[in-house]
Amino acid sequence: MSQYNTHLLVCAGTGCHSSESSLVYEMLRDEIMRKGLDKDVQIIRTGCFGFCEKGPIVKILPDNTFYTQVKPADAKEIVDEHIIKGRKVTRLLYTDPETAEHILDSRHMGFYKKQLRIALRNCGIIDPENIDESIARDAYQALGKVLTGLTPQETTEVIKKSGLRGRGGAGFPTGLKWEFTARNKAVQKYVVCNADEGDPGAFMDRSILEGDPHSVLEAMAICGYCIGATKGLIYIRAEYPMAIKRLKIAIAQARELGLLGEHIFGTGFCFDISLKYGAGAFVCGEETALIHSMEGKRGEPSSKPPFPAQCGYLGKPTCVNNVETFANIPVIILRGADWFSGIGTEKSKGTKVFALAGKINNVGLIEVPMGTTLREIIFEIGGGVKNGKKFKAVQTGGPSGGCLTEKHLDTPIDYESLLAAGSMMGSGGMIVLDEDDCMVSVAKFYLDFIVEESCGKCAPCRIGNKRLYETLERITAGKGVQEDIEKLKNLGSVIKDTSLCGLGQTAPNPVLSTLGNFMEEYMEHVHDKKCRSGQCRNLLYYVISEENCIGCMACKRVCPTHAISGEKREVHQINQDICIKCGACMEKCQFDAISLQNDYPRVTVMANC
Amino acid sequence: MSQKLSIAAEVFAYMEDLAGTDGIAVKVNLSKEKIEKINQVCNAYHNDPGELINVLHETQHEFGYLPAEVQDVIAHNLHLSVAHVYGVVTFYSFFSMIPKGEHPVSICTGTACYVRGAEMVLEEFKKELHVKVGETTPDGRFSINCLRCVGACGLAPVVLVGEKVYGRVSPDGVKAILEEYRK
Amino acid sequence: MIELTIDKKKVRVEQGTTILKAAQQVGIEIPTLCHFELCDMGIENRPGGCRVCVVEVEGRRNLAPSCITEAEDGMVVKTHNIRVLNARTTVLKLIISDHPFNCLVCAKSGHCELQSLATQFGIRSLPYEGEQSHYRKDTSPSIIRDVDKCIMCRRCEMMCNEVQTVGALAAVNRGFMSVVAPAFEMNLVDSPCTYCGQCVSVCPTGALTEVDHTNDIIRALSDPAKTVVVQTAPAVRAALGEEFGLDPGTLVTGKMVAALREMGFDYVFDTDFSADLTIMEEGTELLQRIRGHLAGDSSVRLPILTSCCPGWVNFFEHNFPDLLDVPSTAKSPQQMFGAIAKSWFAGKIGVNRKDLIVVSIMPCLAKKYECQRDEFKTDGSPDVDFSISTRELAAFIKQANIDFLNLPDEDFDDPLGESSGAGVIFGNTGGVIEAACRTAYELHTGKALKKVDFHELRGVEGIRSAVIDFDGLKLNIGIAHGLGNARKLLDEVRAGTSHYHAIEIMACPGGCIGGGGQPYHHGHSEILAKRAAAIYAEDERKPIRKSHENPSIIRLYDEFLGHPGSQKSHSLLHTEYFPKSNEVSIYLNGHNGK
Repeated sequence: MSQYNTHLLVCAGTGCHSSESSLVYEMLRDEIMRKGLDKDVQIIRTGCFGFCEKGPIVKILPDNTFYTQVKPADAKEIVDEHIIKGRKVTRLLYTDPETAEHILDSRHMGFYKKQLRIALRNCGIIDPENIDESIARDAYQALGKVLTGLTPQETTEVIKKSGLRGRGGAGFPTGLKWEFTARNKAVQKYVVCNADEGDPGAFMDRSILEGDPHSVLEAMAICGYCIGATKGLIYIRAEYPMAIKRLKIAIAQARELGLLGEHIFGTGFCFDISLKYGAGAFVCGEETALIHSMEGKRGEPSSKPPFPAQCGYLGKPTCVNNVETFANIPVIILRGADWFSGIGTEKSKGTKVFALAGKINNVGLIEVPMGTTLREIIFEIGGGVKNGKKFKAVQTGGPSGGCLTEKHLDTPIDYESLLAAGSMMGSGGMIVLDEDDCMVSVAKFYLDFIVEESCGKCAPCRIGNKRLYETLERITAGKGVQEDIEKLKNLGSVIKDTSLCGLGQTAPNPVLSTLGNFMEEYMEHVHDKKCRSGQCRNLLYYVISEENCIGCMACKRVCPTHAISGEKREVHQINQDICIKCGACMEKCQFDAISLQNDYPRVTVMANC
Repeated sequence: MSQKLSIAAEVFAYMEDLAGTDGIAVKVNLSKEKIEKINQVCNAYHNDPGELINVLHETQHEFGYLPAEVQDVIAHNLHLSVAHVYGVVTFYSFFSMIPKGEHPVSICTGTACYVRGAEMVLEEFKKELHVKVGETTPDGRFSINCLRCVGACGLAPVVLVGEKVYGRVSPDGVKAILEEYRK
Repeated sequence: MIELTIDKKKVRVEQGTTILKAAQQVGIEIPTLCHFELCDMGIENRPGGCRVCVVEVEGRRNLAPSCITEAEDGMVVKTHNIRVLNARTTVLKLIISDHPFNCLVCAKSGHCELQSLATQFGIRSLPYEGEQSHYRKDTSPSIIRDVDKCIMCRRCEMMCNEVQTVGALAAVNRGFMSVVAPAFEMNLVDSPCTYCGQCVSVCPTGALTEVDHTNDIIRALSDPAKTVVVQTAPAVRAALGEEFGLDPGTLVTGKMVAALREMGFDYVFDTDFSADLTIMEEGTELLQRIRGHLAGDSSVRLPILTSCCPGWVNFFEHNFPDLLDVPSTAKSPQQMFGAIAKSWFAGKIGVNRKDLIVVSIMPCLAKKYECQRDEFKTDGSPDVDFSISTRELAAFIKQANIDFLNLPDEDFDDPLGESSGAGVIFGNTGGVIEAACRTAYELHTGKALKKVDFHELRGVEGIRSAVIDFDGLKLNIGIAHGLGNARKLLDEVRAGTSHYHAIEIMACPGGCIGGGGQPYHHGHSEILAKRAAAIYAEDERKPIRKSHENPSIIRLYDEFLGHPGSQKSHSLLHTEYFPKSNEVSIYLNGHNGK
C-alpha cells in the first residue's frame, strides 16, 4: 500500500452493499481516474467496518476520516474537497449524538473507543479479494512459522495456553479439541469450518469471511497441521453469496501462491480446502448435524459420544471450529499465548465479536475484550437505546439464549457469567429491547423460530417446543390460565433435560429466562388480560374517552354485538366481555372519542355489569 | 421472463394434476435436454451421493425449483432412493418444489428485523399480493418467502426483491416497492 | 471389563455396552420406545429419538438416553428418581399429544408399544394437548399407512433402507411436520415398495398395518353357494400359538386345522402340499438348467434363483429388470395351490371355478399383493381369492370365540393336505434350497440320499453358501435372507462374478418365520430361533421327507399334469416377470449403458 499517499476504503460488507456502496465505489473510482489521481490515491473495497447503522461508509487514510451514509452523488465532493483541497466534507462526518460535534478522527468515535479488534483486525482495512493486501498485513506468516519452526504438539500447546474457547456457542477449549482430534489415529482426518451462521441477528462470521477470508483459510491449515489432516471443508450458508464468492477467490489465490495445496512453504505439509453449502437449516450449526449435512443427508444431529473428534465426516476424526474461532488463531501464533491470555477474564480469554441490533442507536458489529460489561456495550459503544426509549432487556445468544435485564447491565460478559444469568454466549447476537417490546411475544418469536427449525428427530424438541409455542400463543391471545405458567416451566425444563442436541437443550431458554425475569408480564397477560407494551393485539381494548364522547349514539348503532351502552348525550361505554374488537365503532366515531388501549377502566365496567 | 413463466405454467398444471389425484405425484416427462443437463451436474460431482446437497443447489439454480422428476433423475444418478432425495429436499428450507415468482419477495424475519416491525411488513405484502408465505401469485409474477437474517441488521427491517435489497421498509412503503415491478 | 453402579447395584460389563444392556444384566428393564434390535441378525435401530429411556448419570448436565449411552467405568446411574420419572412421563405425554386417541378402533390395539407404555407409566391425563399432525391415509394391496399414528421412531425407515435396501420409505419434512413416507408422499403402490411387510412387523404403533381381509372371508364362508378352501403356509403353525399365550416355537398344526374347520371352511388344506409341487417343478428346472449349462448350452443362464417369495419377486422386478430371466419361472406355493385347487381339485369335487373360493393363511403381507397380480387370474378371477396373515387368523379365531387352546388336534383334508417334510421347511431360510436338494439329488443320481438333513444349508447368517456334492456334480449353493443381502448376491450376478449354480432368496430376515404377517416379536430374536426350530422338528416328525415321495403329488402328476415341466405344468404352474422401473430410469439405463 505504501506507494500511495491516500487510501480510500469503501465498505463492501453486506449492510453497506445493500445501500448501494458498490455504486459509491464506482463513482469514487471514476472521479479519481477523471482527475488523474489514480497514482496517488488507492481506492479499496473492504469488508465490514461494523458500523452498519450509518452505512455506506467511506473511510480515508491516513487521517482516519469517517464518512457515513455516503451517497453515490457525494463522490465528486469527496474527491474535489477532501482529496484535492484537503478539506473534510463536514456534512458527511460522523456526528457524536451527545455532543453534536463532528468527529474528525474515527478513533475518537464512541463506537470504536472501547473496541479491541482481533478477529476483525483486517475487516474494513484490506481488500478481501486481493491476497497481497492480506499478506502485507501478516497473513500466512503464522502458518509459515508453525510449519518451519514448531511441531504440531507445540502449536497445539500454544493454542491451549492461550485459553481460546470456541466462539460458536458452548465455548469448548479450542486447543483441547485439536488435541483430542490429533490423538485419534486415522489415514484421513478433516478440518471443518462451521460457517453456517444461522442465528438470526448475528452476522460476524459472514463479515469475517467477507472482509478477511485468508485469516480463516490460514487458521484451517494450521489446524490441519496440528491434528494431522490434509483436507479442510468450509460449510457455508448458501444465503451468503458474497462470502462464498470471496472465499472462492481467496482459495484460488492462496493455491496460486502455494499457500494451500501441496508442500506448503516447501515443507512436507499438504492441505487444501473446499466448500460445502448449507441449505437453510439452523440445526446444521450443531456439529453432528453439520457433518450429516456435508455428507449429503438430512441435517439431523446424532448423540454424542462419539464426538466428531472420534468419528466425524465420513466416519473420520474431524475437528469442527467456527469462523470467529479460526480468525483468532493466526494472531495467537504470531503474538503468543501470553499476549492473548492477558486479554479477557479468568476463564474467558481474548475478545468476542457481538452483533448489536434491535432498538439501539449504533447497530453493527463490535469486538470487545471478554469481561466488558453490557452497560459499556449498549450505552457506550452502542450509543444507547433508540429514540430515547427506556432500556428493557437485551437478548443474547440468539434462539438458544435468554433475556438479560437492567440488573445484569454491570455484569462483566463472559461464558460463565452469561450462563449464570440464564442466557449464553451463543454466536454473539445481541438484540436490545425497549419498553415497547412485549417479553411474552419475544419468547414466542424465538419459539416460533425453534419450531420451524427443529429437525424433528427427538420427541421433546419436535413436540415439546410446539406445545410451548402454542401455550405462548394462547397467553398472548388473552386465553392463558395460571396452569399454563406451570406447564411452561415443567415442559421447558424437561425439554432442556431430555433433548438430543444443543438446539433442543437450549430451546426453552428464551421462555425460561423471560419467565424468570419478567414473570409479572406473564401474570398480566394471564390474569389481567393486559399487555403493557401494547404489542399483543388481542389484548388491546376499544375504550371510549369521557372527555371526547358527546353521546351521539353513532357507535352504539353500528356495534354488531351491542357491546356499547349509554343514553343520548351521555358518555358511552363498551362492555369488553361482549366486544369482538371489530373496530366499527372507532371508524364511525367523528369525535376521536374511541381509541385502542392496552387496558380499560375495569372498575366502571364491573359496576355496570 | 417468458421461460420462467412457461416453467410456472408447467408447474401449475402439475399441481392441478396433484389436486385431481388425491395428492399422488404425477410424472411429467422431462425432455432429453433437461435430463442431459442434470446428468452433467451429477457428473461434475462424480455422481457421489455425498454431494447430493451441492447437486441439488446447482440443479435448483438451473431449473428455478426441484420438481419431482428432477429429483428422480438425480436419485438415479447418485444411486440413492428417490425417497431419500425427497427427504433431503424437504428438510432444507432453501430447496423448493414450487417455482418462485418472476420477482421473488423475501422478507427478513431475523430477530433484528422482527423487533423493528418485520411482521407488519410481511402482513402488508401478503395483503397486497393475496398469497401466503411460500406461495406464488397465480400470474407467476410474485412470490413471498421469509428469510432468517441476511446480515444487514443495520437496515432492519429488510426486504429483498430478487437480488435488490430494500432497507428500513415500513408497511406504508410496501406498495411503492411492488409498483416498481408491476409496470 | 468395567464396573458401574445402576440404582445402587454394581454391574460389570464389557467396554462398549450401553447403559440399557448393563441394566438388563441386573434385572432392571428401562422402558424404551424407538429402540429396536434383532441382535442375531445384526439389525439395530437406535436413533436416540424418543427419549423415553433417559436415565440420570451422575456428573452429567442432562439426562442420558440409556439405549445409546455407553457405560463407563465408575459411572453412577439412576433409572427411576423423580427427575427421570417426570422427564419420561412428560416426554410420553408429549408423544401421545401428537397421536390420535382412537385406540379402541385401532388395528394395533393390544399390541401397541405406545399403549403399553402409557399403561406402564400410568398416564391418566393429557395436559399438553395441541395441534396434531395429519397426513393422507394410504392403502396399498398389502399395507395401510396411517401415519397420523407415526411417532418417528424410524424403525420402518431403518428396515426399508438399511436391512431391505428397498428405499421406499424415508424421513421427510422437518420438525413437527416430519414423518416417514415414500418420495413425494406418494402412495406405496407407486413407490418401489415390495410389500415385504418388515416395516409393519417393527412399527410400534398402528401407523403401519396390514390390509385386513377377514371380512371378505366371513362373507365367503356365510355364502352357501360357495365352497371355501383354505391353505396354510408352513410358517404359520410355528407362530400362531404365540397369539394364544403359548411359548414361541410351539407347533399348533392340529389345533389350527381344527379351528379352521370349526370356522366353516369346507376343506382345510396345506400349502406344504404345493411346496412339494414347487420342488418338483423348480427342482426339475434347476437340473435342466445345470445340465444344459454343463453341456455347453450358452443360452442357459446360471445361477437359478428361487421364486417362491413374492416380496423378493417384487424386489427384482423393481431393481434388477435386466435379470428377469434368471429366477426360476415356477410360481410360488400359494399360487400353485390356487391353480391346482381351481382346476384339478374343482374338477374332482365337481364345483365350478366361480363357486370355489381359495383362501390362504400366510406369514406374509406380500402374498396379499401376489394373489391380486393379473397373471394369476383366469378371466379376471384370481386363483387365490384372499390371503390373510397369521395375525389376522388369530384375531379371526378370537372373534369367533373359539377356545383354541382346548381344541383337539385334527388332520388336513385330502388330497391337497398331504405333504412331506421338505414342504414344511420352506418356512425357514435355507429350507427351499434344502428341499430342492433332497429331490434334485435323487432325481439326478438315481440314488437314495443317505442323510436327508443338509445342516450346511441352515443357519441365521444373512448370506450363506455351501457346496453340495451330487455324486460328483458339485453344486455351489448360495442363500440370502433379507433383501439387502439378496441385493449383494444379485449385484454379483449382474457383474458376472457370481459362482453359484443356485441361490435361494427370502425377503424377510429368518425367512417366512420372520415374515411381515407373523405375530409381533418386538425385537426378541430368540422367538425367531424357536419358530425355526419348530419347523425343523415338524420336518423330522414327518414320515415322508422328500417332495417327490409325496403320494398326493405323485397322483397329481399321474392323473393330471403328466410330468414336471410338462406343457400343462407350464401353463398352470409357471409364470413370467415384468420390469417395474419408471420411464426416467429406463431411459437412463439405456443412456448410461452406451
